[in-house]
Order: sequence, then structure tokens, then C-alpha cells
Amino acid sequence: MGTDKKRKILIKVRNLAGKGLLLLALLLPALLVFLPVLLLLSGSLMDTWELGGYISTVFTDGSEFIGWKLVPDYPSFANYGKLLFETPQFFVLFWNSMKLVLCILTGQLLFAVPAAWGFAVYQGRGSRGLFALYVVLMLMPFQVTMLSSYLVLNELSLLNTHQAIIWPAVFSTFPVFLSYGGFKSIPYQMLEAARVDGAGELTIFVRLGLPLGKSGLLSAMVLGFLEYWNLMEQPMAFLEDKSLWPLSLYLPQITWGQAGFAFCASVVTLVPAVFVFIIGQDYLEQGIIYSGLKE
Amino acid sequence: MQKKRRKFFGLFVFPGFLGIMVFVLLPFLDVVKRSFTTAVTGAFIGGKNYQAIFRNQAFLLAVKNTIKFTVVCIPVLVSAGLMVALMLSRFKKKGWIKSIYLFPLAMPTATVVLVWKLVFYKQGFLNLFLTRAGLDWGLWGEVHKDYLGTATAFWVLVGSYVWKNLGYTVILWLAGLGGISGEMLEAARVDGAGGWQRFWRIVLPNLKGSLFTIVILSFLNSFKIYREAYLTAGAYPDQSMYLLQHLFNNWFVNLELDKMAAAAVCTGGVLMIAILLLQRLWEDR
Repeated sequence: MGTDKKRKILIKVRNLAGKGLLLLALLLPALLVFLPVLLLLSGSLMDTWELGGYISTVFTDGSEFIGWKLVPDYPSFANYGKLLFETPQFFVLFWNSMKLVLCILTGQLLFAVPAAWGFAVYQGRGSRGLFALYVVLMLMPFQVTMLSSYLVLNELSLLNTHQAIIWPAVFSTFPVFLSYGGFKSIPYQMLEAARVDGAGELTIFVRLGLPLGKSGLLSAMVLGFLEYWNLMEQPMAFLEDKSLWPLSLYLPQITWGQAGFAFCASVVTLVPAVFVFIIGQDYLEQGIIYSGLKE
Repeated sequence: MQKKRRKFFGLFVFPGFLGIMVFVLLPFLDVVKRSFTTAVTGAFIGGKNYQAIFRNQAFLLAVKNTIKFTVVCIPVLVSAGLMVALMLSRFKKKGWIKSIYLFPLAMPTATVVLVWKLVFYKQGFLNLFLTRAGLDWGLWGEVHKDYLGTATAFWVLVGSYVWKNLGYTVILWLAGLGGISGEMLEAARVDGAGGWQRFWRIVLPNLKGSLFTIVILSFLNSFKIYREAYLTAGAYPDQSMYLLQHLFNNWFVNLELDKMAAAAVCTGGVLMIAILLLQRLWEDR
């Protein structure tokens, strides 16, 4: 009896130790996630002089190594002040980014979500083939469609306007695919029951489809926000006027001489993305899972 | 009923499809047409543009690098993701660890690149760390390697790609692992199958479906590495990381639209065939 008990405890201890080791192994890469954020945060709180002392060797090609302190000796909000109150250009670009993202997401809600409903509920003979086409389009990288987008935008004289970024993104098929995943999870019998009760198709979509399938479209919105907040290739190709640029293109333009500024701008750019990441986390995960569903 | 179904399908799908026709499909047909004509006069020249790109050194280099990048980074990402997912699946509460792995997905590239520069420049953090470690253990002296301007830039890109996409892959693998019935595993355990045996005989075969989608989505995301590459090294980076995306962009800037058209048709065609083949391969199983 006694030895049996001992063995049980031994197994328990071994399990716990194993789990502890696993946790450690899992958390080590987490350092690689936190350190960059800490670096940005601490850098943004240093005054210009201190930051310059640490990193000037990087951009002057000096012989010494870079230095750093995670807690600045002379913490200061001066760079934030300069960025937020004395740089109107920054605001223009921040709102450019916001405008682009919000317009694209609204457009996707209007076009992609109904399309996903159509594919999920009214499957017919032709719909499978069309859906396959949507999937192929979804997987095409920007570079393949770059020239065709350019041609059509040129034809419609939309180049060098925000619409040049918005319209092609609105008709991306990725949100169709994600919303489709959400709508597909609604049991068919439920829709049939509503039909028997005399509900019209549009009512069913608005009253049943949207609330019950919201996980799909919300996850499309969350993934979409993160994607379009980070937009680079499209504005680089289609927007010549720098005052139309989104934040994601402005940041790399800041020179090392204004490093403190660059750190603050990075943190400010990061904030909306982190905010959406935190409030939309469950949907983000759900969206990733939907993106992996095959038909 | 059939008629009504078709009517509503059209009603819901058509507006979006119209947009896709106007913004994607019709202009792509135009691109196909252009790939057989000259950029300036629009005269028909047959397959000359295609010949031109396949004789173009930059195109060949870019294709080679892009293939190399894909072939290296996708297996690394897919297997690292599986490893993390397997470890994670042992824990009941895994919410916040998953969040940590997902977080890089939310970090805008422009902010990541600022950090990468500080890490990988000649006097940056990585060399500082290596030098300290080397001196402390008496293994080597000071390290002054430039990681972004030389062939190691390729590996920086691979690392950056894995860093960014690991969380995405882990979530997909976890979803796949969650779909394996616990009863089957339990039954195998009762029959005396060990941990490894269960893994090779039950878990892996049941993950084939996930593997297909993970590979495809990883591939889709691999094209976005251009952002990091462009921001760290500009339009003409070290040879080792000159990708198709750089080439397209440079042709676009220089208005070499005929070559671009031919290359777009080739790339799009190859991708489509690859996707369909993979799908066929997968459905046979």
C-alpha cells in the first residue's frame, strides 16, 4: 500500500515538473515578443540627449556598441509633446490611416458579408465553382494584381487618391471567406424554421444571419484592421502625394537624427493595433481558424 | 425553390462580384493581352516579353531567391508551429500564452523594422550580446558583423517571418489538434500505445487536412515579408534577398509594364497551378 502511494506522488511530481519545464520552454520565445515592445516604450521616454548617447554609434558607424537602459535616467515626455502638439503632419497621416481602414472595413461589410451569406445559404450548381475562384483570388499576392489594379485605377482616374487604396481592398475576397465560415456554422434547420414562419429572405439575413454568424464577420474586421493598418505596398505604388500617405509609410521616413521622434511615432502607431488586438482577441483567433477551414 | 434560390444567390453575391469583375478580373484580362504586346506602341509581338523576362538576370535571381525563401521558411514555420502547439495542448488554460505568440501579428511592420535595425546593425544589440558572451566565456573576441548588408540578410528575413507568423500557425495547429477525438487516443493508450506511437500513428495522420491549409496560408503570408525587406534595405537590397516583390516594384517604378505583365501572368499562373495541384493531392487522400 505504502509504496503504491509513494509512486502516485512521484508520478504527480514528475508531471508537475514536466509541465513547469514545458511552460519555461514556451515562455522563452515570449521574451522575443516583449523585448521589442519594451525597447520602443523605453526609447520613447528618453530625452533626445540620452537616446542619442546610446544609439548614435549605430548611425554614425562608430566603433562602440549600442547601449541601452530599460528605465531611462532622464525620463521625459518631450518627444511625445513634440510629436502630438507640434507636428501637424503626423496628425494628417494618422487620420489618413484611420480613414483608409474605416472606409475599407465599411465597404467590406457592405459587399463581402452579403456575398458570404449568398455562398453559405443559397448554394447552387454554379456557386461552388465561383467560390473556388474567390479562394484562388484570395491567395494571389499583391504583386500579381499590381499591374491590373494600376490599369483600372488609371482608367477611372483614381490614382493618387485614397479611393485607389480603398476600392480594390473592399473587393478583396478574404473577408468573404472568413464571414462564410461564420455563416456556415448556423444550423440549416433554424433558417428553415424561420421560412416556415413566413420570414422573408432579407429578414432572415438581418435578424438571424447577422447575429448568429457574427463571429465570422467580426473576425474578418479584426484581421482586416490589423492588415490595413499595416498597409504598405498599395499606397507606395498608387499614392504619389506624401500628404495622402498612411502612417505605416511615414514612420520609415524618419531619419536617425530624430530617433526619439521615431520611437514615439512607433508607439503611437502601435497603440490602435494593440487596442484592437486586445478587444478583438477571441475573434482574431476565430478568424484564423475560419481562414483555415476548407469549404 | 431552385429558381428562388438562384435569385437570392444573385442578389447577395452579385454586387460584390461586379466589383471584383471591374477591379480584378477584367483588368487582369487586359494584363494578359498586354503581355503579348509592346509597352509603348501596343503592337502584337507574340511571346517576346516572356522570352525577355526569362533571359533577364534580375528576374532569374528574384525567382531563385523567392523559391529559396519559400522552401526554407515554410517548413521551419510549420514545424515550429506544430511543436509549440503540441506543447501548448498539454495545458488547460492556454489563453494568455497564445496571446503572447499572436502579438507580433498586431505589430505594424514599420515599428518592427525600427527594432530590427537596432538589433542587426553592425554596432547593434545582437553583436553586443555576442561579444559579451564571447568575452565572458573566453570563446571569441568582439563581433562586428553587419547582418543586413550581407548574405545573412536572408536569414534575418526568415527569422522575422517566423517571428511574425508563428502565432497564426499555432492557432491553426491547435484547431487541428482539437479536432482529433480524445476517445481514439484513449483507446490507443489502453491498448498500450506509448506517447510517440500515438503521435506518429494517430495524431500526425489526423493533421493532414490542417497541414494543407497551413502550408497554403503560410505561403500567402510569405509574400508579405517584402515589407520588412523593403524597409530594412530599400529597393535594391543585398543580392541574397532580392525577391520577386522587389523586382515587380522596380519594374513598376521604371514603367517597364510589358515585362511586368508577362511576369504577373507567369507568377499568377504558377500559383494557381500549385494551389489546384495541392488541393487535388489533398483530396485524393
